[in-house]
Amino acid sequence: MRLIHNYMWQAVKNWYPAVLTFAVLIVVWELCVWFLEIQRWLLPPPTIIFQELIDSIGLLTRHAGITVLEIIMGFAVSLMIGVALASGIVWSRAMERSVYPIIIASQTIPIFTLAPLLIIWVGTDIMSKVIVVVLFTFFPLVVSLVTGLRSVDSESVDMFRTLGATNAQIFRKLMIPTALPNFFAGMKVAAVVSVIGAVIGEWVGASGGLGWLMKLSGPQFQTARVFAAIVVLSVVAITLFALIVAIEKWSLRKYPSPLNQAKNLGE
Amino acid sequence: MSSSSQKLVLDNGVTSLDDGALLTVSGVGFDYESIPVLDNVDLSVNRGEFVALVGPSGCGKSTLLNLISGLLPPSTGSISANGIVDSPGRLGNVSYMQQRDLLLPWRTISENCQLGLELRNISADTSKARVQELAKSFGLSDVLEYMPSQLSGGMRQRAALMRTVLPDNHVLLLDEPFGALDAITRNVLQKWLLSVLTRTDKAVMLVTHDVEEAIMLADRVLIMASDPGRIVAEVDVRLAGSNIESSFTSPAFVELRKNILALLERRGVSS
Repeated sequence: MRLIHNYMWQAVKNWYPAVLTFAVLIVVWELCVWFLEIQRWLLPPPTIIFQELIDSIGLLTRHAGITVLEIIMGFAVSLMIGVALASGIVWSRAMERSVYPIIIASQTIPIFTLAPLLIIWVGTDIMSKVIVVVLFTFFPLVVSLVTGLRSVDSESVDMFRTLGATNAQIFRKLMIPTALPNFFAGMKVAAVVSVIGAVIGEWVGASGGLGWLMKLSGPQFQTARVFAAIVVLSVVAITLFALIVAIEKWSLRKYPSPLNQAKNLGE
Repeated sequence: MSSSSQKLVLDNGVTSLDDGALLTVSGVGFDYESIPVLDNVDLSVNRGEFVALVGPSGCGKSTLLNLISGLLPPSTGSISANGIVDSPGRLGNVSYMQQRDLLLPWRTISENCQLGLELRNISADTSKARVQELAKSFGLSDVLEYMPSQLSGGMRQRAALMRTVLPDNHVLLLDEPFGALDAITRNVLQKWLLSVLTRTDKAVMLVTHDVEEAIMLADRVLIMASDPGRIVAEVDVRLAGSNIESSFTSPAFVELRKNILALLERRGVSS
């Protein structure tokens, strides 16, 4: 009980400056709109956006569902490609020299410009959005995994070898656990950009999703709806991020943290 | 022959079965990028014998252990450990403790020590039981469920040694196991190591640059010189009726220490 209380207190202490700042910004926004008499279609006040959020909650959740599905599918495909590519790059010198430079160079291409091409090639169904999400997310995953797998020191590999370990055992019991912290750092970046990827994909060509809804609502001056969609997108992104942080915390629960190191036994 | 050792008393008459060398290194040379690191190294360690290898930094002591363990193949000559001549074949059959403890931070002490058995696909229950049994003499019984980051350097080093010896190979290599510890902890652990290894039928080879440690722990001291690394002298350091507590200041100990230091120094200047 006390532990939970401490944890919550810690959370409040950690978050209240950000929450407070955010609340102040919202109030200032609201007051500005009222006192400066800004047109609603130009900049709706937070209260109107909140009203829109409640009124169109059915519409918003339906389209959010489409976007979330694109994100999850894209993320899953990206994870498979990322793990395979990173393992190959770390394992084979040939792949490292042939594939890795191309992967890095490919990131100089603005993915936004590829989206229209994808619509031409695979059409406006969910596939094109999944591909855009993959293009956005596989890079942070590959780079973080390669960095993590390479951070294994050669002495530890030697230790495993003198204990008679096979290459597969070294990979499973040494390299993967060593790479995990880096891998989760990449996962968190990928989670955030996956939302951007899905929206961009929808923007260029789609028949549903929050990005599509925003693109549709803008020209109709339903500005409050655009803002409401942005709020929902933020919630999706934050939830995804929090989910990965939770998995990370669970997976790395045995790894040393500054908290664990504090209690050091004397000889 | 090794039954006469003061420090390593063999149990249940192993010597009578085989008093030949468990570890033989003959004419071994090793070149790294065509630079000779080791040249024509000959040595042998018998069952139940404790041999120390002393030499200046960078003389190839660790390289020699890497060769014996099977991590590296020798450029010339041959190595036989427990009858295994093929280099990769020795991997997993020679116990080798490196300088750093290399404990995996995400595993408990018990899980770290079980690693060698786990890699041989021995069941977790069996290996855990063996760890618990051995932990008593290693003074680690109370910390088996701790994480490595919670232990002191001396305890981590003991855990690393336990991980090394659990697979129970006949040849044990120790590369400066106490090098990174403070003088007091080192002294405690040296005495403890002697007591742990008193009843062993292993062939033990210790690499160190601490002459006192070598005299205290070993039966024989091999002295190496560098550029290229080679063995230049061998000193029998078994002290008659020695007991560790008093030996540090005994005339015989002081004399041995002086001799070995003189040998090291002469080689250091000439090379």
